[in-house]
Amino acid sequence: MKRFGKFWWDFIVGDDWRVAVGIVIAFGLTALLATTSIPAWWVLPLAVASVLWLSLRRVAR
Amino acid sequence: MGLTRGWRSTLVGAGAATLALAAIVAALGPALTVIPIGVLRLVVGGLLLVFGLQWLRKAILRASGWRAVRDEDAVFARERAEAANAPHVERAGLDWYAFTISFKGVLLEGLEVAFIVLTFGSTQGSIPLAALGAGAAVVLVVLAGIVVREPLGRVPENTLAFAVGVMLTTFGIFWGAEGAGVDWPGGDAALLGVLAFVLVISLAFVTALRRRKLAFA
Repeated sequence: MKRFGKFWWDFIVGDDWRVAVGIVIAFGLTALLATTSIPAWWVLPLAVASVLWLSLRRVAR
Repeated sequence: MGLTRGWRSTLVGAGAATLALAAIVAALGPALTVIPIGVLRLVVGGLLLVFGLQWLRKAILRASGWRAVRDEDAVFARERAEAANAPHVERAGLDWYAFTISFKGVLLEGLEVAFIVLTFGSTQGSIPLAALGAGAAVVLVVLAGIVVREPLGRVPENTLAFAVGVMLTTFGIFWGAEGAGVDWPGGDAALLGVLAFVLVISLAFVTALRRRKLAFA
């Protein structure tokens, strides 16, 4: 059971769990903003760029 | 596996995995069509995004020198030696090592491909069309492998991984945002804008990390 869970964790989350958490938060923000009159399309691209850069920086130091 | 342990058990393992994959696809395909399109796009977009970022992250680190580029010949030689040295255990008339390794390999890699095909098909409303596209891709790849084997062999593996990462991330952003309730400016044409954005930031990250690597050297 533990190995089964680890397989799915590695398959979906991968090396850096912070990336997955960042994406979930970005989806939440996008959904929240989409209910207002403010355009929400820019949130996800910006979040992806930020999350990716922070993840890369953690390795490259 | 076939070269080192023999073809019979290897092909039985690959065949059994293909049947298991077909059963999973047959069960999941119809189930996906009953999920509301918004929810489906959000989940699919999220999964494509985390898959895509995994690919892109590794490809950027390799391209910038922060992670070793895979030496395919060395990996092949090492795994071939490991397979040749593994103990021979016979179960159900099969070389169990060859059977399980080929079964797991085909099932896991196939699962990722099946997932991508199913999700692309269901978000665009046509799983048969996506399956047809996947089938055409298999034929094209085999033909390209036969016709242009030499030049294709010179394309670095990391370049392919980078391209896959960019594409998956792009579709993940596009569908994920739509699933979260976003109306893209310009409709579907915005996909090209997202693609350009992901490509530009990825190349910029490679350049920045290369400079950082040189500064540390």
